[in-house]
Amino acid sequence: MDWLNAIVQGILLGGLYALFAAGLSLIFGVMRLVNVAHGDFIVLAAFLALVVTQSTGLHPFMTFIFVIPLMAGLGYALQRGLLNQTLGHAILPPLLVTFGLSVILQNGLLEIFSADNQKMDAGPIETMSLTVAEGLNIGVMPLAVFVIAIGVITSLQWMFYGTALGRAFRATSDNQQIAQLMGLNNRHIFGLAMALALVVVAIAGIFLGMRTSFDPSVGPGRLIFGFEAVIIGGLGNLWGTLIGGILLGVSQNIGAQINPGWQLLAGHLTFLVVLAVRPRGLFPKVDG
Amino acid sequence: MPEPVLLQTHDLVARYGDFQALFGIDFSVSAGEVVAVIGANGAGKSTLMKAIIGLLPSPAGSVLYHAKPIGDLAAHEITHLGMTLVPEGRQLFPSLSVEENLVIGGQMNRPGPWSVAAVYDLFPVLKQRRHQPSTSLSGGQQQMVAIGRALMSNPDLILFDEVSLGLAPIIINDIYAALPRIIEQGMSAVIVEQDISRALAVSDRAYCLQEGRISLEGPSGCLTRAAVNHAYFGV
Amino acid sequence: MTEATTYRVIQSTPSSQMAALAALALLVILVAAPWWAGRGDMRLLSEIFLYLSLAVLWNLLAGYAGLVSVGQQAFVGFGGYGLFALAMFLGLHPLLAVPLVGVAAALIAIPIAFLIFRLSGAYFAIGTWVIAEVFRLSFAQVSSLGGGSGTSLPIAIVKSMAGSRALRDSISYWAALAMIVLVLAVVYLWLRSRHGISLTAIRDNELAARSLGIDVWWTKFWVYLVAAALTASVGALLFLQKLRISPDAAFNVNDWTAYVIFIVVIGGIGTMEGPLIGTLVFFLLRGFFADLGTVYLMVLGAVAIVVILKAPRGIWGYIHDRYGLTLFPVSRRVVKFDSSHKNENPS
Ligand SMILES: Nc1ncnc2c1ncn2[C@@H]1O[C@H](COP(=O)(O)OP(=O)(O)OP(=O)(O)O)[C@@H](O)[C@H]1O
Ligand SMILES: [Mg+2]
Repeated sequence: MDWLNAIVQGILLGGLYALFAAGLSLIFGVMRLVNVAHGDFIVLAAFLALVVTQSTGLHPFMTFIFVIPLMAGLGYALQRGLLNQTLGHAILPPLLVTFGLSVILQNGLLEIFSADNQKMDAGPIETMSLTVAEGLNIGVMPLAVFVIAIGVITSLQWMFYGTALGRAFRATSDNQQIAQLMGLNNRHIFGLAMALALVVVAIAGIFLGMRTSFDPSVGPGRLIFGFEAVIIGGLGNLWGTLIGGILLGVSQNIGAQINPGWQLLAGHLTFLVVLAVRPRGLFPKVDG
Repeated sequence: MPEPVLLQTHDLVARYGDFQALFGIDFSVSAGEVVAVIGANGAGKSTLMKAIIGLLPSPAGSVLYHAKPIGDLAAHEITHLGMTLVPEGRQLFPSLSVEENLVIGGQMNRPGPWSVAAVYDLFPVLKQRRHQPSTSLSGGQQQMVAIGRALMSNPDLILFDEVSLGLAPIIINDIYAALPRIIEQGMSAVIVEQDISRALAVSDRAYCLQEGRISLEGPSGCLTRAAVNHAYFGV
Repeated sequence: MTEATTYRVIQSTPSSQMAALAALALLVILVAAPWWAGRGDMRLLSEIFLYLSLAVLWNLLAGYAGLVSVGQQAFVGFGGYGLFALAMFLGLHPLLAVPLVGVAAALIAIPIAFLIFRLSGAYFAIGTWVIAEVFRLSFAQVSSLGGGSGTSLPIAIVKSMAGSRALRDSISYWAALAMIVLVLAVVYLWLRSRHGISLTAIRDNELAARSLGIDVWWTKFWVYLVAAALTASVGALLFLQKLRISPDAAFNVNDWTAYVIFIVVIGGIGTMEGPLIGTLVFFLLRGFFADLGTVYLMVLGAVAIVVILKAPRGIWGYIHDRYGLTLFPVSRRVVKFDSSHKNENPS
């Protein structure tokens, strides 16, 4: 039963990792940008949510009213003001600029909030659980995160393939010059993509802050989990990303079951094994 | 020409890094006119199209459209003013279906006769393939999508860059057969074409480019074969 | 035979010959530091040498081979732990352990390269980070090395290096000096060699390099291996100075990678001189602003961003473009060579 429990909890944890990964996958898909500060933005969103609950008394769930628009605006401004300048054929500028951003964000948060552990109090829902079978309980909170992750991925999928904005994203990603001939301003499109990515980041941050404790230094770890989920699932495949997240969560929990010190190690090893045997991930997107 | 001038370039130059591809081009298109651009490989025809549409930067005053300086505008701004380019090599969006390629061409919502239905009317074969990935079409059908996509923005001026490139003669005929219907409502066109006789046959006026400079210009009907050969090959 | 105007490919320039002489003089002065410098100065100099070594190596990876690693702390920590392990468990003299951990790091870098070379660009970067995490978590599991809380080098081992504390200080100073000389020599000679041309070609245009028949994969592979070996040796010396190691310190991304990246970017990535300038700037800034702690880091991050966007080739690139100065002539020029003037102006 312990093992089954570990696996089930791991699957639910995978939902959170898929949330970490979805934003990363989105901006890579649209502009081939890898945001090294992605994890730090998740942590920033968690701190924003914390400030909102503390200053307004809102339930952490409801902080999205403020956190989502703030992060979206930040994403758009950041892309147009800074990141658009780094896009081109060279890989160094975007990488180093987002790396610099990561250091600035981490230390900025450290300066404001200190290195203390923080956690948002979500109230009674934190301890609620459903008993599925004898000895197998599913926490309501992890389940909620998992369901939200599925919701987010479904919405992104629909946005990408069913809306004008998604069409513009795909066209711009295919060919920036020709997309301009359609009247699309690719700088604006990229700004929107980053805004949308940071909306997902905001959701991920809020749930990170409710599910686990966090401090300014945990960003890179979240980036790595998101990145591993993306690579395991296959680049450019959103549902693959969910499966990647689940595999990562399950491996971590099984590792922890064997030896508490092996939790993270087991996740990384799963990633490395996938990289060794299926370098393009389990479900690579087949290019048309 | 009694018609007002629609597009005009003054001393237009274009570079790729250190390499200068165009030298002082003075080029114009009047409203309702069909202008051909001919020239050997590498003469600078595509470069001229890219400079006009804003894919290559130039000083504001070197390109005038509707008498307005547009040289310093970006391509996405120029297309909003009612000019578009059917790019060399078709360049459809591979992630988009046939119909999506058309729809995205019309996303600026400029009013005019062209709609998805009108394009299907012009190229009926596309209708059966509307939900297929654009990459699954034959070369000729892809070219039809590229033309349809450009028409969807209802431009006043459409630039065609070698629509016949790599197509079988019979397909080329099909494509050129659509030209009269495209321009019948007053749309102006620039046609870049390697096939000199076809270029002269479909156009009112023609320019010949040679190594980045205009080597010949005149009404298509009045250009003699010898003059064109000389302007084309520089011999 | 016509008029004797010949062309030669040269690498040296007047400024570089001056620089070589100056470097020699500087080396003599530095070797003599134990006789003129205090203990604190020597520690600072050692730190500068070791940071400069890390910067030169990272520049070789990212600036020349296009291998943007943010996980070199894997090898720094591996070197540190390796030295502690060899000294504590096998009783090896710590200085003997330094080259040995280099060899070990090169060996372990082989399978790592095969794995992470499957990722490209930014994904490669994050892949290296994962590797560093695996190293950190693995060493935290080794209880004989103190597990997660780390361990100190036993006094007996420290004392075995030399009887007196002054001599010990001098020895670890000389080791750091020898390290930077070795690193500079290896990288400089490599870039000047035939393989250096392939590397420069890859830096300038990977696709073109490929079409010239340069084996990009293997070139990168060797760069990665050599950088791993030397980085581990530097790590061994770093922790030999600290005498204490823990997973968090050994595999710290800020200390061993972020700072190093800033040094190289600010100094001028893809140039030999860049890391030198960057290290000087870094230590100057640190001298003034280190008390500011986190703010200092934020400023460094911001400066790096501005440099990347506004002067992508860093301070050195700016100086080079302006004044045509070259200290380490690794690029080749074809110059007209006749009796009247020996050297053309450097371009
Ligand atoms: N992206 C580019 N970078 C550098 N040089 C270019 C580029 N595109 C074109 N050129 C050069 O500019 C010149 C003009 O090219 P352009 O494509 O305009 O010729 P063209 O007349 O359209 O030829 P074709 O009939 O082959 O299409 C050529 O010498 C070409 O090599
Ligand atoms: Mg052309």
